[in-house]
Parts: sequence; structure tokens; C-alpha cells
Amino acid sequence: MTNTVATPAAEAPRGQSTLLLLLLKLRTFIALIAVVVFFSLMAPNFVTVANAVIVSKHVAINAFLAIGMTFVILTGGIDLSVGAIVGLVGMVAGALVLYGIPLEMFGVVIYPNVWEVIGIALLVGTFVGLVNGLLITRMQVAPFIATLGMLYVARGTALLMSGGSTFPNLIGKPEFGNQGFPTLGSGTILGIPLSIWLLLVVAGIAAYVATKTPFGRQIYAVGGNERAATLSGVNVNRVKLAVYMVSGFCAAIAGLVVASQLVASHPASGETFEMNAIAAAVLGGTSLSGGRGTIGGTIVGAFVIGVLSDGLVMMGVSEFWQMVIKGVVIVGAVILDQMQRRIARNARLG
Amino acid sequence: MSALERAEAPAVILRAEKMTRIFPGTIALENVDFDVYERSVNVLIGENGAGKSTLMRILAGVDQATSGRILMGGEEVQFSSVLDAAQKGIGIVFQELNLCPNLTVTENIFLGRDMTRGGVHIDMPRQRQRAKELLARLEHDIDPDTLVDDLRIGEQQIVEIAKALADDVKVLIMDEPTSALSASEVEVLFRVIAELKKSGVAIIYISHRLEELIRIGDYFTVLRDGHFQASAPKGEATIPWIIRQMLGTSEFAKRQQREVKVGEPVLSVRNLKLPRVGGGYLVDDVSVDFRAGEIVGIYGLLGAGRSELFESLFGLRADARGLVTIGNQGIDHLPVAKRISAGLFLVPEDRQRDGLVQNLTVGKNLSLASLAKVTKFFTVQNGSENKAIDALFRSLRIKAPSPDTPITSLSGGNQQKVVIGKSLMTEPRVLLLDEPTRGIDIGAKEEVFRTMRELADQGLAVVFATSDLKEVHAVSDRVLVMSQGRITADLPDHEATDEIIVRASTKGHATPAPVSAHDHPAQDQ
Repeated sequence: MTNTVATPAAEAPRGQSTLLLLLLKLRTFIALIAVVVFFSLMAPNFVTVANAVIVSKHVAINAFLAIGMTFVILTGGIDLSVGAIVGLVGMVAGALVLYGIPLEMFGVVIYPNVWEVIGIALLVGTFVGLVNGLLITRMQVAPFIATLGMLYVARGTALLMSGGSTFPNLIGKPEFGNQGFPTLGSGTILGIPLSIWLLLVVAGIAAYVATKTPFGRQIYAVGGNERAATLSGVNVNRVKLAVYMVSGFCAAIAGLVVASQLVASHPASGETFEMNAIAAAVLGGTSLSGGRGTIGGTIVGAFVIGVLSDGLVMMGVSEFWQMVIKGVVIVGAVILDQMQRRIARNARLG
Repeated sequence: MSALERAEAPAVILRAEKMTRIFPGTIALENVDFDVYERSVNVLIGENGAGKSTLMRILAGVDQATSGRILMGGEEVQFSSVLDAAQKGIGIVFQELNLCPNLTVTENIFLGRDMTRGGVHIDMPRQRQRAKELLARLEHDIDPDTLVDDLRIGEQQIVEIAKALADDVKVLIMDEPTSALSASEVEVLFRVIAELKKSGVAIIYISHRLEELIRIGDYFTVLRDGHFQASAPKGEATIPWIIRQMLGTSEFAKRQQREVKVGEPVLSVRNLKLPRVGGGYLVDDVSVDFRAGEIVGIYGLLGAGRSELFESLFGLRADARGLVTIGNQGIDHLPVAKRISAGLFLVPEDRQRDGLVQNLTVGKNLSLASLAKVTKFFTVQNGSENKAIDALFRSLRIKAPSPDTPITSLSGGNQQKVVIGKSLMTEPRVLLLDEPTRGIDIGAKEEVFRTMRELADQGLAVVFATSDLKEVHAVSDRVLVMSQGRITADLPDHEATDEIIVRASTKGHATPAPVSAHDHPAQDQ
């Protein structure tokens, strides 16, 4: 019969292969350190506190999306609608700040305060996720198709809200009591931007849910072996519904942060963000077939992508080359991932 | 006389009455009564497709009966889900493993029934402790933090059993629990069963291994073709009794006699081995010759290695090692396409998935494997393609208006003929058919058999795999029996009695799992 090519590592002494495995396991971390070191050599201004803050702010937006995306991918699904949710949620928040909620029968307009704006915006994002989840679990639409459809619906709705134009100057008015929306994007605590604090909180909760709660366990089970999960009494549909809602919720946070940072909401904002989110999850070791991946890995993955794109900008590398490099890095990460799994398997069998 | 039998007769703890389960197109169960006695091993026996697993799925809440009722302790109960059945004291160990490979042993055992603090935080130390206790009860020293993916199949089976025991079970269903276990693991399992019995648990036990059943069974129930066939307590049920009840009389009794003109060996296999992930072999040192003009039936239970043998021969299993020759040409290092041109073809078990392209017509499916023969200048020559298609279409008597009919509008039997026809267009010398009659009715089976006979008459070596004893006798000139990846019998059809075949199909079970593939260096290159 045909001969399988033995991987060199399988024949190498045990210690060598263990070391190699460890290196491969930490590959995202090593990659992060490598890109940071590389850019600090190539771009003199890269390692400064000010730049670190800027990079982190960029990373945070992608990281919010990537956290939700990780939950979805862990169940074996995908959510392509998150970028569009960013745009839609921004428009909803913008409209609420600028125009409030007109109640025509009473001839009054209610201006919700900033907390209420945020609450409504988060509800909108979660609702879009709910619809995704219902399409997938009740109507049996494939996640790729359901969320692709939602991508267009949400983006279209965002454009319809303003006829395609931007809602500018979302600072609110004292007489309406709705000031303060920009704080989310530009405020700081102890010199660190609010969005970073928020990321720490969201990532902390997400990691806790994923590793310590029955719900998290069920997410991994559904992705690992859906049938086994069903037969163990896990309500698979409820788990799937929930992860799309989580993803919509996380996308809404990102949408709010983006609109708040710009102090304006543009219906096209968030375009292709879903791809960056998927890339961050995959770079962080999440398997697209489900059941494997961690929130921590995803955060590191998001940082690799963020540092890479900002560093290349600072080096003056053209945008076109940036795209090529990003693509190579993502596919390279998956190749390393496959390598790690093969070596690990061989080490076990050996 | 054991202590159990001297004690008062065990009461019926669970009773299924007039269970019927209708699937679209088939009746899997019809009016089956089944009693489960407490403190006993209740054995359920039947051929593949007799309805055992369907009945068990209903009792475990996986599936619901179309009609009939379940009584537990005299009261009617309904099991709406696995969890519901589990809460009412019914545990099940499924035939195929149902574990999440990406989770640890502990995580799998408590999946869906986590021990938590405040309903939110999983109490890992407590779960780990409990998992350890369960595994210790099963006499297995498996680290509860191991990933299930890293366990051998037999160990995974133990985890399945531990999972079923994690709930307080009154009735434990075991569907072929020993099919993946080594001899020593089976002994442990039997000790556990004895202990469970003593602690008051009723066990429903399904297996094909008759010796095993006679050893541990207290009550025997035989199903046949979805019907209740017979039942007997321990002592009255013997192996010949079981075989008689299980098989009944042959439907293919009037088999057509065939003048067998057996020729030279065409396909020779020497020391073929296919390692199993996690240790052991799926195909274990198979050496056999197939001769021109003969029909060989390979009988075996599920997982005996028949499909794996075929796939190894056809080049679909990269890990397979061993010498395979057609005529004088060694083909064991060749890719599938080269093996086809050497004269080998495999008709796969699942024709919907592997054998047919659903969106093409009958004709296009027929020519799919031999487009090279009708291609000139990178273009498929419609003229010669259609000529070849028409010839096959007529000679196989495919029941369809024309070769342009969509493949999906054909009956199962005719679809199977198309799959066989597709292989014939490659002009094979050896035809491997994996379960060629699966899912087609009796009449269509006869048609498929006739086709096989005609092909053998033309000098092909025809090899088919089946798990239906009647089919073996209906068409084979020679019978091979596989068990545990080995060939355990090789007889001319007239010498192969049902009893010999059934016994051979459960043989070899006691061999301990061999070491992994790495101890066997590749033979070629």
C-alpha cells in the first residue's frame, strides 16, 4: 500500500519533539513577540506608550468581535454578519442621540440618556444575533448562508436609516440630558482608554463562561460531537441560539465603541470586520470545524493582527502589501496548527 | 444453581407493550413485547436490522414509538428525551461511541449533568473525584483529565459506561458494549455487570457474541425482522436455539445452481494489515486469493473489517500495508486510478454518498469512471460515450425510460445496477461489492444477484460483503467469514452451515489488542 511519509519530528528523540510541540503550542504568543520586536527595530516610534494605547484601541474593536466569533466557531458555526451589526448598531445609537424616539401620537420626542442609548443598541445587536440563531436552529439554514443574508439585511438597514449619509456630532445636548456618548470611545481611567478596560471585562467574563460554566462546556461539546452532546441531554439548539446572540451582543459593543470614538456613525463602518474577527480566532488556535479554541488565544490572535497592520502602516508599507502579508500570516498559522496536531498525535501513538 | 435462582423470581421492572415504530418506507418494529427483569441480565438478540437498536433507542428516550406503551413498576411512563429517561433511571451505553473527543474524561462523564456551585460554576474538583470513583468501580486507572481523543477505543467504551453509571440507574442498556473491548477488559465488564446486578440494577444486554450471551444472560429475547420471535430463561436458551430463532428459514432457499468454472487467481492478497487509530488492527494480517469466475461472499458482523478490507484493497486507506497483486502486477503502492486501470473496482457500501452523483443522469453516472476511454483531444466524444452507455443500459436491464433519466428517479435496486454498471465500463477483472443489497427490496436483490452471476460467468472475480446470512447462501460459491479484522473461515458454500458461519463471525474476539502501527515498518520503499 502507499507509504505515509513519517514526519521528521516523529522520528526525532522524544525530548526534541516535546520542545517542538511546546513551541508550536505557543506559536501565537511567539508570533506576537516576534512582530513587536520586529517593528520596534524597524519603526523607531513603535514602542512608545502613546503608540501602545493607539494599537490597543484598534485591537479592542476587533477583539470584541473575535470573542463573540470564537463562541460561534466553537460550536462549528460561523457569523458573517458581525461587521454589518457594527454599522447598524452605530446608526441606531447615532439616531437615538441625534433624533431621540419620536412619539407622534403625543407629539413629543423622548431623548434617552446615554445609558439607555447603550442599552437599546446592545439589545438591537443581540436581537440580530437571535434572528441568526433562529434561522440556523429553527429553519435549518446553514450558518454561512444565514449570516451572509443577515450581513446584507443589517447593512442595508443601516444605509436606509440615513439614506447613506453619516450621523455627525454625536455629543448630545444639555437640554435633552443625553450628553456623554463620546466618553466611551475617548475616556480614560488611570490613563488607559475605557475601551481597553471594557475589553478586559468582556474577555474575562467570556473566558470564565467558556471554561468554568456548564454553558461553556456545552459549547465545546456541541462543536466536538453534536450527536454525543444531544445524547448527553444537551439542548443543542439552545446552545447554538445563545452563541449567535452572544456574537451579536459583542458586535454591538464594538459598534458602540466605533461610533463613540468617531463621535459619528457611518452606515458603512464595520465593513470586512467579520473577516478580521475570523482571522483573529483562527490565529489564536480556534478550529473552524469546532470544539477547539480558547478566548485567550483569540485575544492574542487579535493582537497579532492589530500589531501587524499598525506596524506596517508605521513602516510605510503600502496598504496592498499589508493585505498580502496578512493573508500569508493567517494561512501560515493554520499550517502550523495542523503541524502541531500531527506531531502531537504521532507523539501519542509513538 | 446460583444464589440468584434460589431466591424468589425477579419481578418485571420495565415492560414494553406492543411497541411499533414506523419509519418512512419501513416498519422497524411491529407489536413487540419486551419484559425487563430486575437483578438480571436481559439479553436481546437478533440479526442486523431486526429492530434491537430501535427498541433500545425508544426505551432510552432517544426515539419515540409510533404506538405502544412503556410500563415502569406497573405505571405507564413516557420518555421525552435522553435526560428524561435518565432521570427516571434508564441509562444507556450506545453501540457507537458518543463522546466528545475534544473534552476530557471528566468533562464527558458530566456533560449535560454538571455538578455546579450556584448553578454557574462547575465544581471541577468534585467532578474529578466522582469520575475517579466511577472509573475505579470499573477497575480502570484512567486519568480523569485525559482528553478522550487520547484514549484507546476500549478505554473510551469504559468512559461511556462510567457516564451511564454517573446517574443513579435502575435499568442499564448496553448495546454491544464488548465490540471494542479486549479480552481482559471484557472480564472486567462482566465483573461490573455482576456487581450491578447484585446492587439491584436490571441490565439489558445486546451482543452478537453468542458465547458471551450464554455466559452472562438470565433472560433471552429474540427479535426477527422487527417482530418478537421467542423468549426463554437461562438454561433453556442454547446456542443452536438462538441461531434457529434468529435466522428462521431461508427466504432464498431455491438458489439457482451455477456451473462454476473457477479459473486462475486474479487478485492475491498477502499479509494485509490496516492499523486502527489508538492501537490494534482494522484489517489484521489477511492473506487470500480470489479466482476468476467465482463469487465470494464475505460475511461478518458490524465492524468485522469487511469495508476496511475493501477500502484497503482499492487504495483508499493510506495506512494499509501488505502485498496486493492483480495477475502478476503488484498494485499495493498505486493510487486509486491506477488500480482501476489494473482491473480492480469497488462498489461502495453507501451508494447515495459514494457511488452516485445525484445531479447527473443515469448515462452520465455510468460513464463517470471511464471518461478517459471516450475522450479525444481533451473532449468527451459524445458519440462513443453514448454508444458505451447504451450497451450497458441494455445489458443490465436498467428500468428507466432512457439513459437521460435523472438518477434520483430510479428505485434503489436500479440505482445499484447503475453503480455496478459504472464499474463495468472500466472493464474490471475483479469487482468488489460492499453490501450490494443494502436498502433495496427482495425483488431488486434477485436482480442484483443475477447481475453478479452473469458477471462471474463472464470470467470476473466477484467479491461481495454482507451481514445477512441468507444473502451469503443465495449467491456465493465460496464463503469467507471475518471477525476482528481477521479471516476466521474460508469454505465452499455447500460446507458452510449457518452455525459454522455464525460461530466464526464471533471468533477471535479474545485476542488482546496488539501494539500500535509504529512497530511495523513499512514494507515498500
